[in-house]
Amino acid sequence: MADASYPDDLLYHPEHDWARVEGEEATFGITWYAQDQLGEVVFFDPPAIGGQLKQNEAYTEVESVKAVSDVFAPLTGEVVAINDLLSDKPETINSDPYGDGWLVRVRLSDPSETESLLSAAAYEATLA
Amino acid sequence: MIGGPQSTAQRSRGRAAVIGAADDELTIYERSKPGRRAFVAPALDVPERPIDELLPRQLLRVAPPRLPEVSEPEIVRHYNRLSKRNFDLDTGFYPLGSCTMKHNPKMHERVAALPGHAKLHPLQDPRFAQGALELMWRLQEALGEIAGLRHVSLQPSAGSHGELAGVLLTRAYHEDRGERRNKVLTPDTAHGTNPATVTMAGCDVVKVSTDARGNVDLDDLRAKATEDVACLMLTNPSTLGLFETGIEQIERIVHGVGATLYYDGANLNAIMGICRPGDMGFDIVHFNLHKSFTQPHGGGGPGAGPIAVADRIEPFLPRPQVVRREGDPPANGRRADGGGGGGHFYDLDYDRPRSIGRLRGFQGNYGVFVRSYAYIRSLGAAGLREVSEVAVLNANYLLARLQREGVLEYLPAAHERMCMHEFVLSGAPMKRLLGVKTFDLAKRLLDHGVHPPTVYFPLIVEEALLVEPTETETKETLDRFAEIIEEILREAREDPEVARQAPYATPVRRLDEAAAARHPVVRQPL
Amino acid sequence: MSRYTSATDADRAEMLHTIGVGSIEELFADVPAGLRMQRALACGPGLAEQEVFEELRALAARNVCTEDELSFLGAGMYDHYIPSVIDSIILRSEYLTPYTPYQPEISQGGLQAMFEYQTAICELTGLPVSNASLYEGPSAVAAAGYVAKVHNDRRRFVISRGVHPHSREALATLAHAWEMELVEAPLHEGVTQLPALDDRVSAVVVQQPNFLGAVEDVATIASAARAAGALAVCACDPLPLALLKTPGECGIDIAIGEGQTLGNRLDFGGPSFGFFATSHALLRRIPGRIAGETHDADGRRGFVLTLQTREQHIRREKATSNICTAQALNALAGVIYLSWLGARGIVELVELMLRRTAYARERLRAIEGVTLLHEQPVVREFAVALAAPAQAVIARCREQGVNPGYELGREYPEHPDGLLVAITEQRTKADIDRLAEVLASALAAERQAYAEVPA
Repeated sequence: MADASYPDDLLYHPEHDWARVEGEEATFGITWYAQDQLGEVVFFDPPAIGGQLKQNEAYTEVESVKAVSDVFAPLTGEVVAINDLLSDKPETINSDPYGDGWLVRVRLSDPSETESLLSAAAYEATLA
Repeated sequence: MIGGPQSTAQRSRGRAAVIGAADDELTIYERSKPGRRAFVAPALDVPERPIDELLPRQLLRVAPPRLPEVSEPEIVRHYNRLSKRNFDLDTGFYPLGSCTMKHNPKMHERVAALPGHAKLHPLQDPRFAQGALELMWRLQEALGEIAGLRHVSLQPSAGSHGELAGVLLTRAYHEDRGERRNKVLTPDTAHGTNPATVTMAGCDVVKVSTDARGNVDLDDLRAKATEDVACLMLTNPSTLGLFETGIEQIERIVHGVGATLYYDGANLNAIMGICRPGDMGFDIVHFNLHKSFTQPHGGGGPGAGPIAVADRIEPFLPRPQVVRREGDPPANGRRADGGGGGGHFYDLDYDRPRSIGRLRGFQGNYGVFVRSYAYIRSLGAAGLREVSEVAVLNANYLLARLQREGVLEYLPAAHERMCMHEFVLSGAPMKRLLGVKTFDLAKRLLDHGVHPPTVYFPLIVEEALLVEPTETETKETLDRFAEIIEEILREAREDPEVARQAPYATPVRRLDEAAAARHPVVRQPL
Repeated sequence: MSRYTSATDADRAEMLHTIGVGSIEELFADVPAGLRMQRALACGPGLAEQEVFEELRALAARNVCTEDELSFLGAGMYDHYIPSVIDSIILRSEYLTPYTPYQPEISQGGLQAMFEYQTAICELTGLPVSNASLYEGPSAVAAAGYVAKVHNDRRRFVISRGVHPHSREALATLAHAWEMELVEAPLHEGVTQLPALDDRVSAVVVQQPNFLGAVEDVATIASAARAAGALAVCACDPLPLALLKTPGECGIDIAIGEGQTLGNRLDFGGPSFGFFATSHALLRRIPGRIAGETHDADGRRGFVLTLQTREQHIRREKATSNICTAQALNALAGVIYLSWLGARGIVELVELMLRRTAYARERLRAIEGVTLLHEQPVVREFAVALAAPAQAVIARCREQGVNPGYELGREYPEHPDGLLVAITEQRTKADIDRLAEVLASALAAERQAYAEVPA
């Protein structure tokens, strides 16, 4: 994705992760800034379905040619789906970080945690 | 030799078209043809017993390994042609910062090949390896003198192996005093091996920041130097090529909390005969014999990483140690000389109850010791000091040449200070003003027949370029390099795209590293 | 001015002028006065090349090397014939003097050589992935231990007593740092007797052939390891793999070993190289450099260092090991050697060694006072027990110009008069006959001398 973008309908974690909350479930991914810093992604090792993610803790890694980065969970929950597309095309994380480049979907244990996340504007401000 | 002409069409194939060029690109397996051979086994002079009589069938592999089948002329031609696709130090300037790419003296191969050294079995009785053990002992003495720390082990196989030894020694030292200390401090400018070593040694890394002048931030160090810190790992000069002016305070802070001070010897080329890590208060020092002591880099090794330690660390050194004993050796056999004369002999000492143990087999990379010892004998005290003086002179001269108008505005020095044997430039303005990154500059340098400096290290400088000319380069070479940089920048001002698509004149052009990492192909399918 | 620098007085004056200082001394202004050396290094004067050569030659003359005696000494490094092609290639400047290939466009020679080496190691070990070398054998065992520890986070290693003592010690040094337990599996009749394994075991380590020369049942050991969820690790001598069931075929997860026998000199123990091969599952966990195939901007095939994020210089504290400089030149010698031997040649070489070893074993066991330490199949090395103190027997053999082998009692007190005898293609039938003759007379003389000592 060529230009920086931070969709307004998402919530953001200061460690460069986003969450799309839909009822009791949420989808996670990494932000445009994160994929830009990493460069072309070559490998993503997803957590297992049923795995427990804890807010603010690293739950997996994303690997590019030049770096490996931890991915942090914006919210606490149980993994109900992982993005299979990424095992063959991990570079989708770069080209479409908020759409087809999603990482995992979880069932939230504590939806009130969303209050601690940042809006798009607030997150963008942290990047300045 | 410079590629990159103006038109896009011409840019796409800058390599001279040589008839048969594609043949250069075959692997040895692709040249293989059933029935060809280079090896002829000696004639069988013992009973030809059936193989499955000696090795039961269930112990045998199903099919033999599919090694190449080639004749000797093919092997020679293949590896010779392949070699021409390598740039090397004997051919051109190689200012790779932190690697100390200095000339490899040619006599070293001759002495290393002497059968008395090359064909000596590592388990030969020490009484019949006195030449080897004496050489190792003398090398230990010399390295100890250069470091200012008397006790030396030659066992570690490379710098990072020496670092591992250093952290293990530190842990052993603290354990022996009844303390469990698990934290190791490293500056944020540290070479990648430092934090990797700490983790491998079972400790935790704590980063210490660098101040605006390029020195360790003493306030940050004071805050992080707690009683559970085992060690501070430091290079001096630092990886920024700058002398750590606060070293005396650093020593007080670190020793003040009972931690040890470890010296990464990667930058020893700057200070030999000038000052010594032992005198600065370091407890453990490692040397990279493939850096300051001219062991050829070999495309990625072999090297050696001996360590020198203070008295309090000595009991924990790896086993065995090369020692000199007084008296006569036990009764010996054929060789006349059991020792160096004068009533002493050399031995391997295994009786080291508090040693951390072994880090590897046998005694270490002896072939490397032979070359390094020859180097030290060739140079002597005055020569070693001259190495550092000229290394620092060459670096400062090149820095001055590169801080002239035409270069300075694009590649300013990261810190406005006198450098030691290497210096860091930042390509951030070049990226901003010309849209050319340090990466592109490096690739365009390839077209000019020089090896680029180290890029993107140290991590704390944006678009870093770490330049280390070493003392074995002529002034003319340094002038030429500065001119090349000027020329590339001039070209970039006119047409930045040339650098962005470089190189053109090399055996291959930019390679798709992402593809290599995404779907790794690490062997030839057969 | 030394012969390796070129800064003349005129050069220095010009350079100092450009820098803007008056003397070289001023360039060291940042070094505190209290730290400056007040005397010259006590390293003696610099010597002319011929003087250095003479000194190194004199030191060499005080070593008894394999040209000075008929040697059957092995125990981890072996006196093989090294073909002339190797030096003619590896001493070329283009292979000898460059650094690690961080600029792949000008390092295709070294990178392709690594790729060819990796392929050869995969063929020998029967495993799909190999790195571009580690330092040597024993530290490679420790490196494999580190991979296992990170992989399954368990607290115990089980290692056979048949693994080279130096490898066991190297693993012990690091196991202590990792606060892991090291349990030794004993030998019974010359081969490993594996204890019961459970889910505390991180890795099981065995050697093939083992230190006493015996061929182990690696497949059964690997199976037991995997059943317990542990990694199965095999340290192997590479040449016997030309005939023996491969680690891959045996279900081994990690195969490592000492590469000295592949075209590298004895050099009193180093430099040589270690090899490391494993399965696809562990690809992203393996230590050291790996060369990978790719293509360039024009579609040409090329090679790069790949999966570099694992290595120290990118992942730093999360690296799979801390190795930077390894043994690239020695690994190059290795792949040249394997190409020189070739697919047929390596089989012929090992079959020759196998038959000569069998012959040596028969000749020696027929000597009065010599018994085999075990009856297991062997490939190139075997162990005997002597009916007299081994040290004294060896000394007598030496007086006859024969070094009969390694004194096992040094590392294996349970075999106080054991002798480990190594055969390479350089030891002919005539040499073996001489060994038998000398050993027989040395043994007889020693037993007689012992009998003559008053009680």
